Amino acid sequence: MVSRAGAGADPVLEVLRGIPDPEVPALDIVELGIVRGVELRPDGLVTVEVTPTYSGCPAMGMIEQEIVAALRTNGYDRVELRTVYSPAWTTDWLSDAAKAKLKAYGIAPPGHTVTEQPLVPLQSMIRRVACPHCGSSNTEHRSEFGSTACKAIHYCADCRQPFEEFKAI
Amino acid sequence: MSQPRPASRSKEEALFEYLLRLGDDRLILGHRLSEWCGHGPMLEEDIALANVALDLIGQATHFLRVAGQVEGKGRDEDALAYFRDAIDYRNLNLVELPNGDYGRTIVRQFLFDAWSVLLLGRLQGAAHPELAGIAAKAYKEARYHVRHSGEWVIRLGDGTEESHRRTQAALDELWPYTGELFETDEVDRVLAGAISPDPAALEPSWREIVSDVVRRATLTLPAEGHMHTGGRRGRHTEHLGHLLSEMQILARSHPGAAW
Repeated sequence: MVSRAGAGADPVLEVLRGIPDPEVPALDIVELGIVRGVELRPDGLVTVEVTPTYSGCPAMGMIEQEIVAALRTNGYDRVELRTVYSPAWTTDWLSDAAKAKLKAYGIAPPGHTVTEQPLVPLQSMIRRVACPHCGSSNTEHRSEFGSTACKAIHYCADCRQPFEEFKAI
Repeated sequence: MSQPRPASRSKEEALFEYLLRLGDDRLILGHRLSEWCGHGPMLEEDIALANVALDLIGQATHFLRVAGQVEGKGRDEDALAYFRDAIDYRNLNLVELPNGDYGRTIVRQFLFDAWSVLLLGRLQGAAHPELAGIAAKAYKEARYHVRHSGEWVIRLGDGTEESHRRTQAALDELWPYTGELFETDEVDRVLAGAISPDPAALEPSWREIVSDVVRRATLTLPAEGHMHTGGRRGRHTEHLGHLLSEMQILARSHPGAAW
């Protein structure tokens, strides 16, 4: 889903596209879907709507500071940030191009979200994700929780490397 | 003892109470889980519990922020988290109980997660856009949480003789704290329909999820008996005060400090 930019706000959106996500710098905050809306009023006030990826994402504070700083540098002095919760962020918003960038960065991209599955399947641990380094499917799911809230941990039995997956949510 | 409450509450007062319940459950459980950070039985689980703690504390932040706005007395999420005493906390007694061993932490987590995922699922449709939005996000996270805790209950219950024994003991010990999940009081009645799903209506689905996992874990569901109560009215176990003293000391020693 592409962020909504109000009339004349495209240059603002361009500035925001220059801000990498602090935890996944391969993607900028617009293509990650954190920026939900941008508005530029005739009196110069810029409103940016952001949505958190995860409820407790510790990077949100930093992202908000970077938005204000980047806009100031580009001459937008009056910035208002608004947090929106609905619709809830989903990895389904990532474009194919963004997923390719993740893979090139060494993180397995998310599959499609599956909404209807048993709550405690057990079998979910047999889920196989292709290794972003060598492409092998001879991999093992190690943990649903990784170095950041958005990643799971897998292990590739062929290149013998652990790797992370941007989990579908 | 707190003052007796007036017989009826306005919708705003009830909504404030309800948001405190949602926030406090997650704040206290998140804090408990964070105590495992650096002490987990294996690296993956250490990371997993810290992740779940982060989700829960994040959810609490959002619920408490809205609670402060609804109350309209200028209290933000930090004021609510750090400057209320145990008697003003509205969390379930279940979530404040000490971690114990890993089995006990996991059983407590599973009993909560199985309930939380059902509640948040319903709250997505609440007639309060902000509450519904926070719930919709939290619901997705809760699905991960219940999968994690549920699968560990199965592994530990159906594991070694020792892990089975400890997990069964934890289930027996924690079971009397689950009655509180399904109590209905005036706050729920004031918000019934538009916001709060009937707590009692969640019980059959919760029992289904719990019984299924308990069976697969080769454990035995405890017999029905006395259920503890009081958390929603500020009557807590002695453990909450100790937890709060650790959680709140920095903010209270250095009011207004930022870092």
